[in-house]
Amino acid sequence: MPRITVTVDGIAYEEDVEPRLLLVHLLREKLGKTGTPVGCDTSNCGACTVMLDGASVKSCSVLAVQADGCDVVTIEGLGVNGSMHPMQRAFHEEHALQCGYCTPGMVMAAIDLLRDDPEPSEEAIRQGLEGNLCRCTGYCNIVKAVRRGAQEMGRTVSAP
Amino acid sequence: MIPARFDYVRPGSVAEACQALASDEDAKVLAGGQSLLPLLRLRLAYPSTLVDVGRLPELKGVHDRGDHVFIGAMTTHDEVVRSPVVRDGCPLVALAAATVADRAIRHRGTFGGSLAHADPAGDLPAVVLALDGVLVARSEEGERDIPAADFFVDYLESSLAPGEILAGVKLPKLGAGWGFHYEKFHRTAQAWAIVGVAVALKRSNGAIAEARIGLTNMGPTPVRARAAEAALRGVELGDQVRQACEGAAEGTSPPSDLHAQPDYRRHLAQVLTHRAVRAASGSP
Repeated sequence: MPRITVTVDGIAYEEDVEPRLLLVHLLREKLGKTGTPVGCDTSNCGACTVMLDGASVKSCSVLAVQADGCDVVTIEGLGVNGSMHPMQRAFHEEHALQCGYCTPGMVMAAIDLLRDDPEPSEEAIRQGLEGNLCRCTGYCNIVKAVRRGAQEMGRTVSAP
Repeated sequence: MIPARFDYVRPGSVAEACQALASDEDAKVLAGGQSLLPLLRLRLAYPSTLVDVGRLPELKGVHDRGDHVFIGAMTTHDEVVRSPVVRDGCPLVALAAATVADRAIRHRGTFGGSLAHADPAGDLPAVVLALDGVLVARSEEGERDIPAADFFVDYLESSLAPGEILAGVKLPKLGAGWGFHYEKFHRTAQAWAIVGVAVALKRSNGAIAEARIGLTNMGPTPVRARAAEAALRGVELGDQVRQACEGAAEGTSPPSDLHAQPDYRRHLAQVLTHRAVRAASGSP
């Protein structure tokens, strides 16, 4: 079995993995990072989105061996000292979730989108989150949350 | 589903990768995995070994080579879209690559991977065909150039030989006077194109001097809309363009699936070709 080293939410792990092990299963079943759910199993829904070396990926569509040597951030790695990341807080405050299953992926995809567009328009948000599905159809509040999260994050960054 | 068992190797060079492929006919190349992993999960593919070339530096990057742009096969869609060399030299490629799937998939999926996968519903095969791109294949024997017209053989089948891997693609730079557009019709934001149309168009004195049109998902391979290309030659920009686009589906054999019947796809090909030609010509 190949041995991989991978950093997840700031902690370095060394694991022997079967080549066919998907990154999402490594996270959930070997490392206990169950904050990242498996949604569709067909690369469509984006619920399992995580950051891989700073860019969003669908962790059901990456093999654990492909993440060898990489840095992974999951929804569980966003908060600092028990307080929520501004984007998480915005989702909470704007009631941008009903069942919550898509939320971890939505939050990760939203943060990824802001790398390119720190103040996205509604259209840019809808386009930027096209790879993430919410079956409660809560998109209106999700869009609101991403705008609010973007504002909050801008404030954090520009604060002296 | 969990994929069936396979072995995994990560060669340190293209030569090693070719060796690994040549020594095992059931081995398969793993690039970004965005097409292959879904197939593995659905157990539609049972490779013995995955040869992971995704990180090979010699297969990555975009290079300006004077009269053409060379895109390394393992350059991701995201890198293609962001590349100033691609935007300047081959705007059609940047336009189409920006519509591939979604952000997360574009971060992993590769330019070469989606061409070697040879899915006629993929956006890039029709683009490379429309631009008369040349695909560069490497094997233990060396390197050979394959014109796009000879590369796509059948559904999910390219003319890459066993033991050969796609190293990159040469895309001719089209000079001043050319306009471009990629028009795609799909059911949901990130779904495969039901039909897509890639257009490169040369204008001259208010008329169309030359049109090159590649069609996505209008047959088992990407195809050129030759009849429409011929009909558009010399046509003045304006009302006659629509009529010239009516032959866009001529000679195609579009598939039938749960999204569309062939006759609907033929209709779409006409409509989308007209839209794409108008957009490429700068008409509102």
